[in-house]
Amino acid sequence: MTLTTRQTRLISRTCLTLALLVVAVPFVFPFLWMVSSGFKSATEIFGQPSLIPRVWRWQNYIEVFEYQPFARQYFNSLYIAVTVTVLTLVISSLAGYALARMRFAGAGLLMLFLLSALMVPEEVTIIPNFFLIRWMGLMDTHAPLILLPVFGSHGVMATFLMRQYFLAIPKELEEAGKMDGLSRFGIWWRVALPMSRPALAAVSIITFLFSWNLFLEPLVFISSLERFTLPLALSNFTDSYGLPLWHLQLAATSLAVVPILIVYLIAQRQIIESFALSGVKG
Amino acid sequence: MADTLTNHVSARGLRAPRFSLRQREAIEAWLFVSPTVVGFLLFFLGPLVAVVYFSLTEWNLLTQQSTFVGIDNYVDALSRNPDFWHVLRNSFVFALGLVPLNMSLALMLALALSRPFRGVVFFRTIFFAPVVTSAVAWAIVWKFLLQGEAGAVNQLLAVVGIDGPNWLREPDWAMVAVIVTRVIKMVGLNMILYIAALQAIPRDYEAAARLEGASNWQIFRMVIWPLLAPTTLVIFVITMIGSFKVFDHIYLMTGGGPENGTLVLAFYIYEQGFKFFNVGYASALAMIMFVIVLALTVVQMILRRRDMQ
Repeated sequence: MTLTTRQTRLISRTCLTLALLVVAVPFVFPFLWMVSSGFKSATEIFGQPSLIPRVWRWQNYIEVFEYQPFARQYFNSLYIAVTVTVLTLVISSLAGYALARMRFAGAGLLMLFLLSALMVPEEVTIIPNFFLIRWMGLMDTHAPLILLPVFGSHGVMATFLMRQYFLAIPKELEEAGKMDGLSRFGIWWRVALPMSRPALAAVSIITFLFSWNLFLEPLVFISSLERFTLPLALSNFTDSYGLPLWHLQLAATSLAVVPILIVYLIAQRQIIESFALSGVKG
Repeated sequence: MADTLTNHVSARGLRAPRFSLRQREAIEAWLFVSPTVVGFLLFFLGPLVAVVYFSLTEWNLLTQQSTFVGIDNYVDALSRNPDFWHVLRNSFVFALGLVPLNMSLALMLALALSRPFRGVVFFRTIFFAPVVTSAVAWAIVWKFLLQGEAGAVNQLLAVVGIDGPNWLREPDWAMVAVIVTRVIKMVGLNMILYIAALQAIPRDYEAAARLEGASNWQIFRMVIWPLLAPTTLVIFVITMIGSFKVFDHIYLMTGGGPENGTLVLAFYIYEQGFKFFNVGYASALAMIMFVIVLALTVVQMILRRRDMQ
């Protein structure tokens, strides 16, 4: 019996779906295991493995907050990420607008300089930045965690993203704004920005996540527990020998990851598009 | 004619602008870019110049004095310190393991997920989820999963009769583990870049090739793959640079161990600079990293230009 085209198609579809399901296991499993282990006791974690905890130990989630000032650390990450996002939006859209729309001497050179910053890893400049921040008296404050991302290669990437978007806005709209007596600043604020909501959303999403997940800078600049950000706090759930307290660490990690995942699941289309637009890692 | 001219002049004379329109625009533009420029000079260009200078000095932490030692730190790295070549080798092993694995998996997933079918959004969402997850969380969970006998991965392997190694405690397996878990973390990004590129290819090309009796493989090889070349190039460079930058992933999963088996360049810079305070030496290492990344970028630009011609 020969198969009809429809049947072969159905079979290939099914095979494809099955193959994708197998590949998906290492992508999904860590999340499930993380959440499940966060509800286990320290002893059960090393016992017979099971995805459903035998005893749901909600107490882990209380101990997470007792072990270190986790609520404070959570808040730190949140407010720093919001600040970095807002500053990046303002500064990158101002510069991006000028680079897209205004003629000025040195624009080409400036573009070239900024482009060169795109590719340079922060590891290259972190040592001088350490001395700079220390000289400014900003050690163990949140200032470097805000300043370095805003003005570093991430901020430059946001600037170029905004510039690309402004270039696509019809000039006529701005001319109309000019006729209405708007200044350059007014055109930027009242015409260009409202027209570029998709780009602003993309920059917001990737910037928030970039700041939220930042690790090297907090590690280098922050030393007090109550000034830790989440990534630092997560790595800090250890006993006196420096060994991980898995049940607490995984409960805390779930607390840090699950809200992001929920937002991601709701707005996955928008979020994925933002990353596609920027073409860089968050 | 003369009338309009005088009108024009007198109008200008009335307002008496100090700057011409063009000058005004230039001044405004510089105001717009000034925060970016100041930040760029202060936190990027300044430090970049400083790191060149630091790399030529030896810092004494006790006296807080620095002495100029010329290229001594570079000589140290390249010929005296056996750690350096080991670290550089690790970085290249990591990159050469990660990049092909990441890119081929990304392309395969993109080919499977670039056309609409039931479940396509579901799968895209899953494969991209680790990208939005913090590297720290990802590393913590995988470290947990990859523990010796008690780890979930080995328990799963035991079910099918495989006796898994103590992944993160044996140098070679640790390298494999950090590469594979990093690929799973980041592959979603390259996948969506490939999906975007695939969706931009007109369907007629494929239809035409099919009419001439080309097989799926021939269509991919002769039509799709060449059209993807610019995307492949960009992805290659981004992924390569990303793999040289990798720090948090390794810091948390293996701490550079065991036996320095996963000690990569970014980690080595951190260790030398912030653990041992060898500022001069660490700066020289940072410069070497800079040169590697720069070389990759230049290669990309040359290939791109050739591509366009």
